[in-house]
Amino acid sequence: MSTAHVITPVRTYVTVFALLLVCTGLTVFVAKQDFGFLNTAVALTIACFKATLVIWFFMAVRYNTPLTKVVVVSGFAWLLILFGLGMSDYLSRPWIGVLGR
Amino acid sequence: MIGHSEHEHHPKLQHHFYSMEQQLEASILGMWVFLVTEVMFFGGLFMAYLVYRTAYPTAWAKSSEELNVYMGALNTAVLICSSLTMALAVRAAQVGSRRGQIVNLILTIIFGSTFLVVKYFEYAQKFEHHLVPGPHFGPSPPLPYGSQIFFALYFIMTGIHALHMVAGIVLMSVILVMAWRGRFSPAYYGPVEISGLYWHFVDIVWIFLFPLLYLLGFNQPPLG
Repeated sequence: MSTAHVITPVRTYVTVFALLLVCTGLTVFVAKQDFGFLNTAVALTIACFKATLVIWFFMAVRYNTPLTKVVVVSGFAWLLILFGLGMSDYLSRPWIGVLGR
Repeated sequence: MIGHSEHEHHPKLQHHFYSMEQQLEASILGMWVFLVTEVMFFGGLFMAYLVYRTAYPTAWAKSSEELNVYMGALNTAVLICSSLTMALAVRAAQVGSRRGQIVNLILTIIFGSTFLVVKYFEYAQKFEHHLVPGPHFGPSPPLPYGSQIFFALYFIMTGIHALHMVAGIVLMSVILVMAWRGRFSPAYYGPVEISGLYWHFVDIVWIFLFPLLYLLGFNQPPLG
């Protein structure tokens, strides 16, 4: 129960901050390259990495209880279910001639 | 293991908690449950974005080109700065530095306000270029069919995000007053930590909005 007392050094925060800025520059740079349909995947990979940095270090989830970690992960897992089921519906509609796209 | 008999009760300890640690962990958990509902709330908008982008890929790329990448990137950097000062404000509360809390909270509010000012200029530009969906939508040269849906989603998503920023700034002002009055200590800093979680969450939403809205214009899909 003493985990709440852990104090992150300023250096860690500044390192994460610098990494986030570099990743922002990287996002703009890779957006100008042509990877075909992979452009969005690359952009989202960087965005997910940045979000993970914020959640893990700035929001200090690494020091939270396992229960809190499960809640955090479950939130994003349900989001993936929303996208997965939603898109499997919309993308498969033309295959069987259902109205709507 | 969990006992409170040997310690004196902290005045901020609610009677239904064993210890200050447990109280803090419970409030962090509660805040995260709220943030998960926020994830789902924004998730619905991202789902709408995904569906319409799949339906109108060309309109998406052409419309995205109309957004100002520099302003978007600047705002991303501004929000990252605000997240750093927010994290430092929480740290200041943890180590019991009243001055550190005040300075970092003020910086956070300034960065948050900067974001909104940049957003104001961006919105004004969209109005001038007739990019607001509705009867007056009519950019020149004209954009492909579906562009109004892109701009509708642009205004809804960034608008709701901006409202969250306003709420965050109000929240930080309250926390600033509390910090000013010396309400927080290394034993009791829950409100700073909890508000910080909210602030970082709003930053995360922008981390996804920036590439998905602003950066599609560089590579046009085939069959223009």
